[in-house]
This record gives sequence, C-alpha cells and structure tokens, in this order.
Amino acid sequence: MIPNHPSRGSAADFNAATAELAKSAVVDDCVVKVGGDWRLSAPVPSWAGLFAQHTAANVSVVAEHLGRWDSSLLLFLVHGRTWCAESKHRFMTDGLPVNLQILLRQVASAGTSAARKRPVATTLLKRTESLAVNLVLNTTGNISFIGECTLGFVGILRHPRKFRSMDCLVEMQHCWASSLPIVSLVSFLVGVILAFQAAIQLQQYGAAVFVADLVGLSVVREMGPMMAAVIMAGGIGAAFAAQLGNMKVDEEIDALETLGISSIDFLALPRLLAVTLMMPILAVYADVLGILGGVFVSMTMLDIPAAAYWVETQNRVGIWDVFSGLVKSVFFGFAIGVAGCLRGMKCERSAVGVGQATTSAVVTGILLIVIADALFALIFNVLGI
Amino acid sequence: MDPNLQAPIIEVRNLTCGYGETVVLEDLSFAVKPREVLFVIGGSGCGKSTLLRCLIGLLRPIHGDVAYFGKSFTTADAAQRRDILKAFGVIYQNNALWSSMTLAENVSLPLEEHTSLSRASRDDIVRLKLTEVGLAGSEGMYPSELSGGMKKRAALARALALDPAIVFFDEPSEGLDPITSREMDRLILQVRDIFGTTMVIVSHQLSSIFRLADRVIMLDRTTRGIIAEGNPRDLAAKSTDPRVRNFLNQDAEQGNRTPSVQMALHSQ
Repeated sequence: MIPNHPSRGSAADFNAATAELAKSAVVDDCVVKVGGDWRLSAPVPSWAGLFAQHTAANVSVVAEHLGRWDSSLLLFLVHGRTWCAESKHRFMTDGLPVNLQILLRQVASAGTSAARKRPVATTLLKRTESLAVNLVLNTTGNISFIGECTLGFVGILRHPRKFRSMDCLVEMQHCWASSLPIVSLVSFLVGVILAFQAAIQLQQYGAAVFVADLVGLSVVREMGPMMAAVIMAGGIGAAFAAQLGNMKVDEEIDALETLGISSIDFLALPRLLAVTLMMPILAVYADVLGILGGVFVSMTMLDIPAAAYWVETQNRVGIWDVFSGLVKSVFFGFAIGVAGCLRGMKCERSAVGVGQATTSAVVTGILLIVIADALFALIFNVLGI
Repeated sequence: MDPNLQAPIIEVRNLTCGYGETVVLEDLSFAVKPREVLFVIGGSGCGKSTLLRCLIGLLRPIHGDVAYFGKSFTTADAAQRRDILKAFGVIYQNNALWSSMTLAENVSLPLEEHTSLSRASRDDIVRLKLTEVGLAGSEGMYPSELSGGMKKRAALARALALDPAIVFFDEPSEGLDPITSREMDRLILQVRDIFGTTMVIVSHQLSSIFRLADRVIMLDRTTRGIIAEGNPRDLAAKSTDPRVRNFLNQDAEQGNRTPSVQMALHSQ
C-alpha cells in the first residue's frame, strides 16, 4: 500500500469515486460497492439517495476497484453506519481493506466515549445551587485573601526588614511612569469638559466665574481621584493580574510556596502597598491637571483671568475637600491592588485563564472603586465633610 | 549503615488524593529510604504529578498522610511545615525559575529567606551552587537568556541552595535532547553521591529510569494505585503484569503502531 496525497496529483489523475448498489444473492441483502478515487474535495454520495429505490435488512459494504482514498471514504462509511442504525439495517464492512476497518472502529470508539462525556442536562434548581455554592466559595476565598494580606501587613509592621522594599519601590515607579501620561491627558480633558458644560449654563445667568467653584469641587472631591483610579485599574490592576497569573501558569508561585516563602508576602504585599501609596499622589496630580483644564476653558472662552479663577477656587475648595478625595484614593488604590493580585493568584493554569484573570481584575477593580465611592459619599454626607 | 536498615525519610500512608470530587489516587502507601533514587512512573493521566503535588504540599490529601523524617507533613502546623519545606527542594517540569530575577537572585532567595547569612556569604554559596551544576559565570543572566538544559541546571542549583535532604523532580528530562538529558542524569547522580540526597523523580523517560533508579513505583490510571514496585530491570524482566512489561520494554515495541484517523491517506 503506497501512501498518497490527492493534492499532489492533478484532477485528471483521479477516477471519480463510486458507490453502487447491487442486490446480493441472499434475499434481503444489499451490497454497496465502493470504488474509484475518494477525495475530500469531491462530494460524498448520500446514503438516503443510494437507497431511495431499495430496501434491505442487511447492508454490506465492499471495495471494488478502489483506488486512492482519504477521509472522505471514512466519512461516507460513518454516515452509512449512522444511516443503517437509524433505519434499523445491519451494517457490515468485512469486504473493506483492513486499515479502513481499523479506522472505522477507532472512530466508533471515539464517538462512544465522546457521547459518554457529554454533560447531563441540569435543572434550574441544580444550576442555582451550583451558582450559590460558587458564590459562597468565591466570597470566602476573597475574604480569606484580604485576611491574609492584612496579616501580611501586620507581619511587616512587626518585622519591617522582611518586607521587600526594593520590589515595592520598583512597582511604585512602574505605577507612576506608566499612568502619568494618560492620567495627565484624561484629567485635563475632564476639567475642560466640566468647565465647558458649566460655562454654557452659567453664562446665561452671568455667573460664569462660578465655573471655578464647580470644576474645583467636582475635580477635587470626585473626578480627580475617580478618573485616576479607573486608569490605574485598567493599567496597573490588569498588569498585576497578568504578571501573577503568568507566574502561576509557569509554577513560579508553586516554587515560592514549596520553599516556605509566602506568595502573599513576597508578591502581593509589595504591589498592594505600591499602588495604595501611589494612588493619592496620582489623585493630587489629577486634581491639579483637572483644575488647569478649567483654567484653560475660562481663559479662552469666558475671558476670566487665571488669577481670578485661582482666587475663586481657593475660596470654594477647602482642605477637607482635598482630604476627602485623598482618603478615597487610598481605598481606591487598595481595591485596585487587591483585585489585581487576587485575580492573578487565583487564575487558572492556562493562557485563557490569564486573559480571564486580567479582564476580571479590571472589572472587579472598577466595581470596587464605584462601590467605595458611593459608600464614601454617604459617610461624608453623614459626617458633614 | 545498610540503607535497608535505615528509617524511611518519606512515608506515604494510605494516601488518597485528587481534585474536588475526582479521586486520582486511592489508598497509596510506600516509603523512601535515605540516599535512594525513587522513580514514580506510569502512563499519561495516571496521577504521577498529582502524587508529586501531594508530596510537596501543593495539594491537600483527601485522606491519609505524608510524613518526612517520621513527622506528619499533612497535619503539621505552620512552623513545623516551614521546617519540613526547608528540607526539600523541587525542580518543576518547566523549571519555574523566577523570570524577573537573575540566576544569582534565584539561587540566593531561599538562603535570604531561611538563613541569617551575610550578603557576601550568600553570594559565595550562589557561586558554589552554580559551579556545581556547570553554570559558573552565569550569575547575572536572566532565565529568558538560558537554553532548556541551562534552565534545568539553574533550577537544580536553586533546589540545592539550602542543601536539602530530599529533591523532587517533575519530568527532569522533558524537552531536553538525549545528550543534555544524559548530562542532567549525571548531575543527579553526582548530587546523590556527594551529598547523600534522596531523589524522588516523576518521569516516563526510560533511559533515565534505567540509568538512575534504585527503585520504581508504577501507577496505573484504572486501578488508581501502585501496580508494581521494585528495581526497573527486575520488573522489566520478571514482572507478570503485561502493563508493567509493556511500559518498561517500550523501545522494543516502537514499530508496532496502529493507524489513526489523521493518517487516513492511503491507496489500496
């Protein structure tokens, strides 16, 4: 038997595949004779068409003048077996080449095992139960991670020399360097947008100078910390999840654990502390850029001089406003760090797992930021800040 | 002292392990003696790596116990566990070198975490360990700059940093050419002979098994346990179990292959 590939020959080199029906000498038996060259590029004959005019209890397939063949013949035979099973015919392949019979048996056993593995349809109750169990497990997992991080921080306070301060500084530098350009642009534009929208309304009442109040308070209390946090969640949170996820896939985290080194202390804490410390600094930077955006609109559109704008901002924006933004940004930073490290360290050991961990870190980070912001709004309202 | 009379360094008692509700290995018991090179062998999916993960504490057993030096590892508290962890090194299938660190930092980290040695002493030990595995002068290189064989050696150097009593290997010859694989085997024997280290190696590389193993335990997927235990040459020659004979005499049967669906291009 010479191995051959149809694509190597021209179409003229091939005889058309044939599947003919012949009545057997035995009553109720039909013989299907397969012959010619079988190619995947040619259409496969239909079993229903073949038996359109005939009926038989037993179907026997035999090779007659069979030339080169490939998976198309196998496909034809698989279809035949299925068709015979459905029509309650007996399907016999004894007259086929031995290799073809072996392949057919392999395909049959593969089909059986695949069918066995198919998941059983679950009821709504079962799915709800499974969802609830997963939710509880995830929640306890997340709480235990936060608990371990807290214990890690306590451990640092007790043994500061154990803390990997160099790693923390590198991460802080990374947070700053990678976020600065985009935080600058977004914060400035947020200031411009706020000032522009306010100017359109306030100009109608001759109160254009209050643009400074609106922009100042909005940026310092809400938009500065929030926009900086969202950018950090997208950049740094995702980077943490991808780094740690990849380390998990490459068994680097296992290597730490089997050396008796806590992966939380070694990997999560320096990152958590870095992003928690950098967040307020970036928030202040975002505040400054946002106010500058407001100044730009006021000077170019409202003819308010920068000095007047600054005086108005100083009169309205107090130290507590700045403080409230800074407090929030510390929590935002912690939330981003927890989401990134948690998703990275719990990631599945596959490329898809790393991708999902990264996406999940960003989504979780932004979700936590918004929830924390809402809670802070409530708390500050109660406290009168 | 005759190794047969020595107390086992690792004892696995009635170990059942798996993932979630799936039991991979059931009621496994065996012991490893000091200085012994034990291979865990078996076909794909038989639970070799699962057993390794249980032995090194990355997977909690469903039932049973793993003990080192007569002390339970499964029920150990944090401090005892840390002490036991210091006594063994692990070489992972894909080496698991910390990619953001140089080779020197990789080897130095266990020393930094578990000893109070000065920086200079740590550096000396790192140089010593890298020289032992034939990587002298590569201290400043990152894992990404190394070949497959060099990464394996670096992983061995890191595993040996604390001079452990036991070293676990997960497929040490995986992805290596035959010459590098032989070189790795030579290193493993050298470490065993010089330091008296006990080696537990998960592998299905026959050449390494026959070259290194004092004893093998063979796992099987269907029985979810040990189907053979002993010297590999004895098992290959005398085992009455066809699964064991087939596995250990694979080379002789390599031409005997069945066709697959992908090989369906023939002419009659």
